[in-house]
Amino acid sequence: MNTAMTRHITTMVWLFLMAATIATTWWLSKDGFSPIVGTVAIFAIAAFKVRLVLLHFMELKHAPLPWRLIFEAWVLLATAAIVGIYLSTTPVAVA
Amino acid sequence: MVAVRGGSTTPRRLPGVEGVWVFVAADMSFFALLFVSFMLGRQDAVEVYEASRQTLDVNFGGINTLILLTSSWLVVLAVEAVKRNELKNVPHLIAGAFLLGAAFKVSKALEYGGKIKAGITMLSNDFYMYYFTLTGIHLLHVFGGNILLIVLWNKARARQFTKDNCVVLECGATYWHMVDLLWIVLFPLLYLLR
Repeated sequence: MNTAMTRHITTMVWLFLMAATIATTWWLSKDGFSPIVGTVAIFAIAAFKVRLVLLHFMELKHAPLPWRLIFEAWVLLATAAIVGIYLSTTPVAVA
Repeated sequence: MVAVRGGSTTPRRLPGVEGVWVFVAADMSFFALLFVSFMLGRQDAVEVYEASRQTLDVNFGGINTLILLTSSWLVVLAVEAVKRNELKNVPHLIAGAFLLGAAFKVSKALEYGGKIKAGITMLSNDFYMYYFTLTGIHLLHVFGGNILLIVLWNKARARQFTKDNCVVLECGATYWHMVDLLWIVLFPLLYLLR
């Protein structure tokens, strides 16, 4: 991979992360979405963002596979735990 | 192990030194336990957590995410520039990353100030206990990262980083990206989960 392309990818990843943050903060969190749909979508996007940071910013994409898998497993487990407990919690009654 | 890319063979390698990655993995595991602990606490008092969450300002959380993502990106650009041996802009990129880290702290100070002014502290309820503890521990990481960025900035200005000597820069970068990554989860957990 040439260096111009690396630079290009880094900036594309950053732009995507910024756009995803704007969408979750000022759109998906609003009342137009049901709490469950909004929240699950927000955490799916957060997990994807974390994975992009790990693979592209922290260069795990080119790291020995066991290291990459440890951190990918963290994303999977942390997200599954948060979303799992969230879904098993009785939601707040809508007034 | 080798990976073939674009016809050339690049050996797989971990940036920096392994010790930093062990620290990062341990720190991230610690945070993951706090995330789970928060979620279990919420399960027992969902009304209190939701009412308290609604008092948080998502604008602070969202803008802070944008700040840290951009700071991280500048550090990636610095590492990439060193690897191309284009050293001229490296101190500027690191300085930019530092200033954004400082902006995060200012924004957090304003946010905490607003809460304390409204009479909300760690002791108000369990939600705020987690809010102040989790964001506080994270803020300590930002403080640590900012000190690290000053060290890296000084080394970059002295042209101490080169294509073949950038392990220290990579270690600092890895830590700083972790601080960014943890906030990517903390922000929706505290501010957006409803």
